[in-house]
Amino acid sequence: MLYAILCYNDEDAVMSWSKAEDEAVLAKRKRVAREWVDKGKMGPAIRLVPTTGATTIRASGNEQLVLDGPFAETKEQLLGLYIVDGDNLEEVIAFAKRLKDGEAGTFEIRALRVFEKGALPETADVKS
Amino acid sequence: MSDLAWIETALTGSRPQAMGALLRYFRDLDRAEEAFQEACLRALKTWPVNGPPRDPAAWLIFVGRNAAIDQVRRGSRTTGLPPDNVISELDDAEADMVERLDDSQYRDDILRLMFICCHPDLPATQQVALALRIVSGLTVREIASAFLVNEKAMEQRITRAKRRITAANVPFGAPGAAERAERLGAVGAMIYLIFNEGYSASGGEAPVREPLCEEAIRLARLLLRLFPAEPEIMGLLALMLLQHARTPARLDADGNIVLLEDQNRALWSNDKIAEGIALAEKAMRHRVPGPYQVQAAIAAVHARAAKAEDTDWSEIELLYKALERMQPSPVVTLNRAVAVFKTDGAQPALALIEPLGERLSSYFYFHGLRGALLKELGRDAEARDSFDRAIALARTPAEASHIRQQLDRLAGSTGRAR
Repeated sequence: MLYAILCYNDEDAVMSWSKAEDEAVLAKRKRVAREWVDKGKMGPAIRLVPTTGATTIRASGNEQLVLDGPFAETKEQLLGLYIVDGDNLEEVIAFAKRLKDGEAGTFEIRALRVFEKGALPETADVKS
Repeated sequence: MSDLAWIETALTGSRPQAMGALLRYFRDLDRAEEAFQEACLRALKTWPVNGPPRDPAAWLIFVGRNAAIDQVRRGSRTTGLPPDNVISELDDAEADMVERLDDSQYRDDILRLMFICCHPDLPATQQVALALRIVSGLTVREIASAFLVNEKAMEQRITRAKRRITAANVPFGAPGAAERAERLGAVGAMIYLIFNEGYSASGGEAPVREPLCEEAIRLARLLLRLFPAEPEIMGLLALMLLQHARTPARLDADGNIVLLEDQNRALWSNDKIAEGIALAEKAMRHRVPGPYQVQAAIAAVHARAAKAEDTDWSEIELLYKALERMQPSPVVTLNRAVAVFKTDGAQPALALIEPLGERLSSYFYFHGLRGALLKELGRDAEARDSFDRAIALARTPAEASHIRQQLDRLAGSTGRAR
């Protein structure tokens, strides 16, 4: 079964991490994730740009309005996500707990199904 | 994270909002600062014991205001009643203490706090110093070291700036729409000054002072969160992110400036580039173009080119043309000339900058570019002349050494002994 691990945290707090703190968290996550990469169970890991860069589309009557800003003003924001292939929820919970070890914030685990695999090349990034 | 790091994070994060509200209550910068300091001291005592308050900024405002009111009252027994304006709005203090101020009020508080730092009477460096002190809460020592001056001189500079804005009487009512737009514009410009103070140091040995760039980005993010639909603020943040993304590649091991086209693009920060491009695109949807958006678009063209040769110079030339219309300036024309050089060659580029000679006669980059164009056209003697003038105008050793390299190459190509 495929699962998404959605990573929520207070964006202000995360953005005020020093470079060293940020790198330490990423290094720890990478170390844990590596184990599942080796087992072929790890999909993409995604970091979202901050919510100030977000655009929201919301229905208003018959119209679809385009609004600046994130979907909801909440204390914690969705900052990134992992896609993993877990044997079952228990295993994904155990894995996510280790990923999150020592961090504040909230991880939400959601089972998912892939409708379309898509056609993004591996190298798709900010460069043209 | 260490045990108490979260307190420092919360205090720094809450500062603009708390200071903005305290300034509205007391209408006096020094008093607002004292109240905030007092609240921070109490936070350091009580938060580790009681845990973090649900809304740290509201807590600091509440505690800071009460502490300052107590002080005014204590002082009044010995010195008589303070004038009315000092204790303005204290009557209703009790009433709205419990209920949280709504976001729009906080928004105008923070904007006002930033706005008083950019009074047109204040020279640019004073605006920046004052904003770093008042809005960001850096210590005088930190600001002094960022500006490479001694602490005493910086203290005086800030005191003078404060005195000047006290005399200027910034209105404390809620601003109207036009006034708000005007304040946003001034504050945006001030934030960009902070960024540039960090990005191209105006003197001294350190060509990039990253903490200032990062503080400017933090302030722009804060402003954008308060005013999420302002395309020029999106453009400003995008511009700074896209420029700052190049920082790891801007200096070589010896601290010399590496030209954009020679930079190792693998070192650029893709996180910042992604965010910058996202914001620039978002801004453009509003169809209200402005100078920051256009400059961000130019930076985005560079960011998107995986190799220097891939740069879309004709797009850059068009964008500089647009910028020239919005904000005519010889420096913008000079930048457009670089794009013209890339698309149409040195001759038309030189023709474009020759008329600027008088106005840019003391501008390092003018002589640097002119020298490069003349060199390209084989006019070596004139090129040497321009490079010599550029070196004389260089503000940092890195700038001078960059031109010296070009001179050396020139000397090599003409077979002149060194």
